[in-house]
Amino acid sequence: MNVSEPTRRVSITTKDACVDFPIFDAKSRSLKKTVIGLVGGNIASTSKVPIIEALTDVTLHLEHGARVALVGHNGAGKTTLLRLLSGIYEPTRGVAEISGRVAPIFDLGVGMDPEISGLDNIMIRGLFLGMSRKQMEQRIDDIADFTELGDFLRMPLRTYSTGMRVRLALGVVTSIDPEILLLDEGIGAVDAAFLEKSKKRLSDLVDRSGLLVFASHSDEFLRELCDTAIWMEHGRVKMQGELEEVLRAYKGQAA
Amino acid sequence: MSTAPPRSDPRSWSRTAEDLAGGWGQRQLWGHLGWQDIKQRYRRSVLGPIWITISMAVTAIALGILYAGLFGNDLAVQLPYILVGFIVWGFISGCILEGADVFIANEGLIKHLPSPLSVHVYRLVWRQTLLFAHNMIVYLIMLVIFPQPLHWTVVYVVPAVALLMVNGVWVALLLGIITTRFRDLNPITQSIVQLMFFLTPIVWIYEDFLNSANPTIAERARLAELNPFLHFVEIVRRPLLGQDQQLRYWVVVLAITVIGWLVTLFVVRRYRSRVSYWV
Repeated sequence: MNVSEPTRRVSITTKDACVDFPIFDAKSRSLKKTVIGLVGGNIASTSKVPIIEALTDVTLHLEHGARVALVGHNGAGKTTLLRLLSGIYEPTRGVAEISGRVAPIFDLGVGMDPEISGLDNIMIRGLFLGMSRKQMEQRIDDIADFTELGDFLRMPLRTYSTGMRVRLALGVVTSIDPEILLLDEGIGAVDAAFLEKSKKRLSDLVDRSGLLVFASHSDEFLRELCDTAIWMEHGRVKMQGELEEVLRAYKGQAA
Repeated sequence: MSTAPPRSDPRSWSRTAEDLAGGWGQRQLWGHLGWQDIKQRYRRSVLGPIWITISMAVTAIALGILYAGLFGNDLAVQLPYILVGFIVWGFISGCILEGADVFIANEGLIKHLPSPLSVHVYRLVWRQTLLFAHNMIVYLIMLVIFPQPLHWTVVYVVPAVALLMVNGVWVALLLGIITTRFRDLNPITQSIVQLMFFLTPIVWIYEDFLNSANPTIAERARLAELNPFLHFVEIVRRPLLGQDQQLRYWVVVLAITVIGWLVTLFVVRRYRSRVSYWV
């Protein structure tokens, strides 16, 4: 797990990648049915598990330097696509090849433990994002400064307000050096002054990263960070191209 | 960290090896989390993780006195036997019970951060190992009160515990994958583990029954050899109580290790990439 492998090209390539979710209802998700099904020789019953086709035939090629906005309605498959691009979901059909260290930032709260102190949480979150203990120790002062939480960092996280938690999470997340940065929306709940400050840090982070995919409903934010865009609809890539062009088409259709 | 080299077929041996080795490479992460789990459990208590040690001591003393009376054994024999058996059983049952829940419990992490599946399993086994270490303090105290005829064979406890850990990893991986798909297996696993506690010589002394004057009892006691857990308990308990080693326990444990890992590798290869869909 070397952090610096400079020769490797950062890229994401998918070809006809599909993500199909089998939905096992309470009954079919039991051994009983499968066993009975096998004994009865009813092979077709296995295909009776309803399947949600969350993504269909996604073909993408993203290279180092790409700054991609991801737009689409709720349930269009934005988050699922981000998970495909991060390697969490491996395509059920088709291929997805990811080279580079991925830092997915989908949910600021995940991996945070309310019972331990802010400082401990910074460390754990950093380790989860692929940093080493040493790297995090170097950054911890910088993160502490950024969060402006002061002595509160020694308090357990459960004593924090929502806004304070977001500050902490953003502080860690924006301190790392990712090769592939995948951002999902939901970076809100911070006061205005802090938002200004975190915007600066976010764009610094984006500058450091080799490749960015950013899902958001905020055109303003997207314009600031991205230059190209992908428009998802019903689990398919509906349009891919220049940011403004895609946004216009997307908004035009929405109106 | 998710270094993901070109991925071809998700069901290949190289991806299986990558998952296991990649997870091992993240030792700092699961090492830290394993510790955190232990500290977390006793976070607001004054004594902290020492409670693990204390509750083990209380259980062993109470059961030791009870069963020494019931079986008419000397407490100096019964108590060390129960204590060591309990410590080993704690590790085994922990790996099985938490293993059956390992991916379901980590659903949030699996869906939000791409990391090898094995990270969660290593974290679990590490946590169980730390609990084991805490419990060993009781053993050391017991040695002072009830000295055991220890000789050099006590060093066998090191490979024995290592084997427990190696087996813990495959058990948690295999059970974790299967129960994530078939949720009914979770309660089934729980009842089987509870049952196995009584069928394994932990509170009852195996050799006493084996050498029983009553041939029916001796005959029946031999059936206990069919219980795989007996062999795991024996390889750890015998060196710790200064009893002589028996080759067959080691052979059985090694065979289970090899077969278990083979089966697990096939299952991981086939279903590893499905777990994030199932959780």
